[in-house]
Amino acid sequence: MTAKLTALAAAVMAVASIAVASIANVQAAEQPKHGGILRIFHRETPPSLSIHEEATFSVNIPAMAIFNNLIIYDQHIPQNSIDTIRPELATSWAWDKSNTALTFKLRQGVKWHDGVPFTAKDVKCTFDLLQGKAKDKFRKDPRKGWYDNVTDVTVKGDDEVTFHLKRPQPSLLAMLASGYSPIYPCHVSAAQMRTHPIGTGPFKFVDEKQNEYIKLARNPDYWKKGLPYLDGIEYTIIKNRATAVLAFVAGKEDVTFPTEMTAALEADIKKQDPTAICELKPINVSTNLIVNRDKPPFNNPDLRKAMAMSLDRKAFIDIILQGHGDIGGSLLPPPEGVWGMPPEVLKTIPGYGDVKKDREEARAIMKKLGYGPDKPLKIKVSTRNLATYRDPAVVLIDQLKTVYIQAELEPVESGAWFAKVARGDYAVGLNLTGNGIDDPDQSFYENYGCGSQRNYTHYCNKDLQKLFDEQSQMTDVAKRKKLVWEIDKKIQEDVARPILFHARTGTCWKPYVKNMTIMSNSSYNGYRFEDIWLDK
Amino acid sequence: MLLTLFGISVLVFVMLRLVPGNIADILFDAAGMIDTADKAKLEHDLGLDKPIVVQYGEWINGLAHGDLGYSYVSEKPAIDEILPRIPITAKLAGLALAFSVIFGVPLGVISAVKQNTVLDYFLRVISLSGLSMPAFWLGLLILMACVAWFGFIPIYTDPPKGFWDALWLFSVPAAAVGFRSSALVMRLTRSAMLEVLRQDYIRTARAKGASDRTVNYRHALRNALLPVVTVIGIEAAFLMGGLIVTETVFNIPGIARFLVEAIRWRDYPIVQNLVMFIAAVAVLINFLIDLLYAVLDPRIRYAG
Repeated sequence: MTAKLTALAAAVMAVASIAVASIANVQAAEQPKHGGILRIFHRETPPSLSIHEEATFSVNIPAMAIFNNLIIYDQHIPQNSIDTIRPELATSWAWDKSNTALTFKLRQGVKWHDGVPFTAKDVKCTFDLLQGKAKDKFRKDPRKGWYDNVTDVTVKGDDEVTFHLKRPQPSLLAMLASGYSPIYPCHVSAAQMRTHPIGTGPFKFVDEKQNEYIKLARNPDYWKKGLPYLDGIEYTIIKNRATAVLAFVAGKEDVTFPTEMTAALEADIKKQDPTAICELKPINVSTNLIVNRDKPPFNNPDLRKAMAMSLDRKAFIDIILQGHGDIGGSLLPPPEGVWGMPPEVLKTIPGYGDVKKDREEARAIMKKLGYGPDKPLKIKVSTRNLATYRDPAVVLIDQLKTVYIQAELEPVESGAWFAKVARGDYAVGLNLTGNGIDDPDQSFYENYGCGSQRNYTHYCNKDLQKLFDEQSQMTDVAKRKKLVWEIDKKIQEDVARPILFHARTGTCWKPYVKNMTIMSNSSYNGYRFEDIWLDK
Repeated sequence: MLLTLFGISVLVFVMLRLVPGNIADILFDAAGMIDTADKAKLEHDLGLDKPIVVQYGEWINGLAHGDLGYSYVSEKPAIDEILPRIPITAKLAGLALAFSVIFGVPLGVISAVKQNTVLDYFLRVISLSGLSMPAFWLGLLILMACVAWFGFIPIYTDPPKGFWDALWLFSVPAAAVGFRSSALVMRLTRSAMLEVLRQDYIRTARAKGASDRTVNYRHALRNALLPVVTVIGIEAAFLMGGLIVTETVFNIPGIARFLVEAIRWRDYPIVQNLVMFIAAVAVLINFLIDLLYAVLDPRIRYAG
């Protein structure tokens, strides 16, 4: 018995020591290494490097590492939410009793890349610029609306700044934590920020050459001591996707352009380079239908309802995304989405249930309106002449046929697309909408708010607008979620901008790239790259 | 020559403005919204609200004084954007042209001299495949083969570090482009040679006891070269501006890819000046070809 016990104890000890040794080895192996250049291919020359002036992750991906925010989403928790917000240039923050003043204590000793000290004035300058109050102006200001509720930003000394709000808006924190909300320096013009940005971030801008590269170098004076690990980041602009994928497989690039790979491409990469780490995730970009509500016969809500009820969303996902997509409303559905409607709520919305039944009902509506198999409604479906737009538009045209709508594709030259939509020069269109953050305030006000510049269909429901404000002020997350679902349901029922699907796209990286985290509910917030390192 | 360039300048200027949208539309497109007041201000700042004749006058005046304006996208002087890209395309085009001449002319001669032999059939198959294979397909095939077999990819991601590095970097895409050009040159050389080889003076040369080499290369080839030189000239002009596909597939930052990008952005200063440059090169090459005719065929003389 004693011998058995001794043997058992020895075995346990041996297993334990192996385990301890393995853990030690793993820890040793995972010890971050300094140095090296991270190479990421970029899909295009970005319109500029001024994050505040653009609305594409073509800018955020290379430029986010140049800057800091006041606060930032934890760069290693894929699902961004109010609980994953961490301090950055701010060390702490607090709301006043009325929840209409948000005060940030700022970090001291931070310097801009040109050596000028960062102060509270820079924060004020940034938000004055964003709100159009500064002397200097942005050429474009796509997120001015995010700060409509901010009446003023005041400073107290060099290390305190307060945002004064018209009414409580807890989601202001979510917006400030986005990759879209970097702090800009007072002493650098908006024009220079487009071509040679100066930040406080882990990497300094070195050079950009159209069609060739964007180069960033380590900021040796970064306020987070010991970071970044990398000596620099180089974005090689490779427009041809096939070439870019081959460059990654051949080891010329360490990371593919984030959230750009389709499921098919990702499978192809894994086949050619089985060591590659690939993740396919939602990016909070929805493909949706825009209907010109001012143009007869689309000013008839019944007709719009029939159109919405013709949709077979699963077919879209199967055909376009080989099954890698999600059905949802205007907000990204769970589990990756924080605020999206769950399946049980979605099912109750016309057009989200039984496709056969819905189409029958839609056909009955169309017949009532005077259309039928012999007298179809003839329309044009306009969309940007790019595959990501054109392909779902073709599927849409096929589905509309089922409810006596005979549509013809009108591919619009990419550069003329938004101008056309803004003029209202379309009847039915297919569009893609990216949400900068996973928060109802951003999505509702931006895409469905009365008078919003990005509300392409000019949908305006005064009652809903009141509900937008109501949910916006709620601090109880569970209660707010319930109201948000109600609002989203109503938006879908109103056929404001029927959501066809939420796509999942992929990113691949080489196994020696460590600490890489791809966000699962936004494609705009996860590129600070300060603690990424190369195990080579 | 000047009249041609003037015509091209008017044509490119007007055509660019006929394309829907301008840089302001494209920039706001990237922002996903349009603010009409901001857009109008941007158009005003860039001088796009001026009458088209004034805009044309300003461009030509600037061009005459060496001021090409500023790129709307990079906001840098257009000359700084265009100049560094010219040698890149010139190297690629030069190598591709060299490839097409080095392989195309001798193989065309061999094919003609060995007419209807196995070697001729083989060379004709090669030339036909060169003409029928799309450049992008061949380029991608080469890249895929390199990655699959050798584990590397011959694309341009960094400027070459020296002569040999540059030669290696450009020779693969040049071969891809040159394959098509050499096929064209080969077929043309073959047919021109076949025609010349049937001439009486060739028979006379042979009767006089001249060697095959002398007959083929001194008497026949020189006379067969006129149409070949014309095609090589056209190819040279084409290669300076028409390497869009090759530059895209091999990621070469030359002028052709840059031009296409600039058109996409409606970056008028870049497009206008680049097209004028390419046109000037084409005109110059044509002029040089005309001069070369006289060298190759002493009967051709240009009256003053």
